[in-house]
Amino acid sequence: MSEIIFRTQGITKVYDTGEVKVYALAGVDLELYKGELTVLLGPSGSGKSTLLNILGGLDHATDGQVWFEDTELTDMSDRDLTRYRRDHVGFVFQFYNLVPSLTARENVQLVTDVAPNPMPAAEALDLVGLGKRMDHFPSEMSGGEQQRVAIARAIAKRPQILLCDEPTGALDSTTGVQVLEVLRDINERFGTTTVVITHNAEIQRMAHRVLFFQDGKISETRVNRDRLAPSEIVW
Amino acid sequence: MQAIDRKLLRDFKRLWIQAIAIALVLACGVAILLTSVGMYTALSETRAAYYERNRFADVFVHTTRAPLSLVPEIAQIDGVLSVEARIAGDAILDLPDRIKPAVGRILSYPEDTAPVLNVPLLVEGRFPNPVHTDEVVVNAPFAAENGFRPGDSFSANLKGQKRELTIVGTALSPEFVYTIGPGALMPDNSSFGIIWMSERAAAAAFDMTGAFNEISVAIASGMSPEPVIDALDDLLKPFGGLGAYDRTTHQSDAFLDAEISQLRGMAAILPPIFFGISGFLVSMVMGRIIALERSEIGLLKAIGYSNTEICLHYLMLAGLIAIVGVLLGWGAGTVLARSTAAQYAQFFNFPFVIFRVSYWVYAAAGLAGLATTSLGAAQSALKAARLAPAIAMQPPAPPRFKRSFVDEAMAHLKLSQPTIMILRSLLRWPIRSAMTSLGLALAVSSVIASIFINDALDEIVDLAFYQTNRQDAMLLFSDDIPETALEDVRNLPGVLQAESQQYHTAILHHGHLSKRVAIEARPPDTDLSRVLDADGKPLIVPPGGIVLSVRLARQLDVESGDVLEAEFLSGRRETYALSVTGLVEQHLGLGAYMDLEFMNTLFRQIPQLSVANVTLDDHQMDALHRAIKDLPKLSGIIEMNDNRRAFQDTVEQNVVVMNTMYIVIAVLITVGVTYNAARIQLSERARELASLRILGFGRGEVSYILVGEMMLIAVIAQPVGWLIGAWIAQAMTNAFTSDLYAIPLVLKPATFTVGSLVVLCAAFASAMVVRRRLDRLDLIAVMKTRE
Repeated sequence: MSEIIFRTQGITKVYDTGEVKVYALAGVDLELYKGELTVLLGPSGSGKSTLLNILGGLDHATDGQVWFEDTELTDMSDRDLTRYRRDHVGFVFQFYNLVPSLTARENVQLVTDVAPNPMPAAEALDLVGLGKRMDHFPSEMSGGEQQRVAIARAIAKRPQILLCDEPTGALDSTTGVQVLEVLRDINERFGTTTVVITHNAEIQRMAHRVLFFQDGKISETRVNRDRLAPSEIVW
Repeated sequence: MQAIDRKLLRDFKRLWIQAIAIALVLACGVAILLTSVGMYTALSETRAAYYERNRFADVFVHTTRAPLSLVPEIAQIDGVLSVEARIAGDAILDLPDRIKPAVGRILSYPEDTAPVLNVPLLVEGRFPNPVHTDEVVVNAPFAAENGFRPGDSFSANLKGQKRELTIVGTALSPEFVYTIGPGALMPDNSSFGIIWMSERAAAAAFDMTGAFNEISVAIASGMSPEPVIDALDDLLKPFGGLGAYDRTTHQSDAFLDAEISQLRGMAAILPPIFFGISGFLVSMVMGRIIALERSEIGLLKAIGYSNTEICLHYLMLAGLIAIVGVLLGWGAGTVLARSTAAQYAQFFNFPFVIFRVSYWVYAAAGLAGLATTSLGAAQSALKAARLAPAIAMQPPAPPRFKRSFVDEAMAHLKLSQPTIMILRSLLRWPIRSAMTSLGLALAVSSVIASIFINDALDEIVDLAFYQTNRQDAMLLFSDDIPETALEDVRNLPGVLQAESQQYHTAILHHGHLSKRVAIEARPPDTDLSRVLDADGKPLIVPPGGIVLSVRLARQLDVESGDVLEAEFLSGRRETYALSVTGLVEQHLGLGAYMDLEFMNTLFRQIPQLSVANVTLDDHQMDALHRAIKDLPKLSGIIEMNDNRRAFQDTVEQNVVVMNTMYIVIAVLITVGVTYNAARIQLSERARELASLRILGFGRGEVSYILVGEMMLIAVIAQPVGWLIGAWIAQAMTNAFTSDLYAIPLVLKPATFTVGSLVVLCAAFASAMVVRRRLDRLDLIAVMKTRE
């Protein structure tokens, strides 16, 4: 787990509202390793999501530098960032963001149609345990199932990184655990570097590493010597 | 101001582009309603006032020559209020600085008393002094067009006698609101004028001392003109009476009436379409606003706002849109109505125009606008009022999609996911998609229904001027002359070919139906003025037969092979049974055709002609014009090129204005519909589209879904628009058909193409404006917010 996949150097993100400047990130230096499952913990507004967005190519840093492997993302054009997301990044959001007019399989195909080396949509859905619900529309599925479709959609392109922003935030604990199982399974099976943002302190126990955020900075880094399986986590 | 009202104003400010797009469509409806109703009332009231002030007669009749002693007898007819007898005749005019001859309609002006009926209104100068027989008054448009002022003079060929006439005044008359020369298709004030001269001068010129050849009669109001017409016909029959007719057949009034009917039709058909579309747009936008403001509605209710207050809040938002639309429509309508009134005043020769759009028209247009938008918003506003606060505070359930046979088809076609998204969205909201499509279809149809007229006019011109009437000019004679005179015509300078033609006024009877027409008789081997069958082949009318234009046949309910009776009002005034041997398609006038030789036999007369059709050598035109100014018995000349040009110029001017107006209307409808539909799409799908961007879809790929769906709806609208357009065009050809003319239904592929191009381009441009918003979509913010 020594190969670095992400490196940031002094990145800041400032929101200038005209009257006040808000520092969402105030100089973050960070290294993420291949195959690592990292949990970002911290209160609202501490900078977790901002960092995730910058890593995922959804946002630009105000200052500092970001590398994905040997590629610098800092000043990439919109077009290049789109290409970067398409080829390398999988996203999972709190509210699933499935396309309601497409079935589970078609939602996954959205990605497999444009990615360079995707797995079949059916395989991705099998991996998240939804092989039998492939032809259902989002409105016909539970929240947990919808989130698993979102994960299948994220991993179907065989991404090197999976960025998850509050993936269990809208789910009850039983369903949330199922989703976490899937994330861990993907991480172990494919060695996909996984970053999970959460408010739920219990989830940190399944991570290889936990980064604590406070006021736009990493206040503490903790390595878990004994990781728990998601099924052992209760909240 | 209460906080909820402040919210209302801020919502309106936020939505202003959508609001303006809807308001513009509404404004079109209001403006057209004001213009058409305004013009309709202006023309009707002006006509009524003018006719009343200048005592326009109710019944008219022409005779060959009747004694003045008959006038008291006519005045005794039951229902007749007043009678005006006068002398009328046509004359070739030789105007200074004009090589081409002009034609004047000479009318006698009473000597001792003022005219009782059809009183000319003096514009400038004075009426002629009976002692000075060379003094005349001319109609003001003729004077203006030829630069005449009182004191100027010109010469006239009065039945072979050349006279120098001095203009002492100019006037307008209720008889000549629409002044059209003999045989002409459109008014041409430079070559046709009305000339009033003293009674004694006119009597001397036309050999009418102690006689008259025109009678006008005013009848008691509310009385049917039929008994008076019958009595007049009986009285004047021995004196060559050509059949009395009422105002509906009076040329000037018939044109005016056709225009007024068109305005009435426009007021009834167009505004409801615009009101309907704006109502639909408001309903679409309000539906979306209420979906977006669901939690706010819940909150307002939780705070204690009543259902009525919430319902009113959203109705008022629609009301604000309506107010903007109505105000814009009032402004545009007032300007449009005023400029149209000025155009009408120029086209029709009114001495004044009563332009007064009543307050009730403004009020009715405003109320109609307000009512349709409120109706459009009502469903959504009621839905908002009915939302239970606890449910409203929760996010709505995701839209439900179900698999159907269409999915099988899509799977079979291996469509891309974005394409499937487009198709499913159309099917998921079929009514909305259909209504949007219908809105665009109406835009397409508005272009088609307006520009098809161009091709229709081309066909009218082609048939009338290039296929049937191939002569260069028609020489009109005041009385029928022996056919031997054709040789004299052939000897005129520049005349290459000459053919004779006769005109006879007759009433055609078939069962209880009858119609007064001018029958044209031509030699069987005519080459210049022809009657063509449906295949464009010359149709020869056999002796004993009559060929009718299709519209005339329809009015008389006859078909080819039927026998009708022709009661001739000229010649020996006999009635003959004629067999209908053919029907011809014809766009101008109600034609009836017979064989010239048969006509001569029927009338037991030596071969005669009323008109000589000629082809001319262009190089000798000046010599010809000089020669015919002095030709006795010649009462007029119609040069086909001038006639065609006057027709095309006048009509084209109107058609260009109409085409422009309808294309602007189509663009406004398209922008209103597409922009709003695309904004709603964007608002509903922001999360979806942002998801796709995050998944790695480029801007172009994502905007394909938005723009693609709008354009697919626009494409689906095309055939529907073509059908509606063809249907409206058909309805318009029916509505515009009168005895004077008929507009043929000519629908060429180019017409449909232009209609589609205008709407597709406007739709694409509108969708692309919304696409720019898609480019600026804040991916993170969209993803973070819960629907």
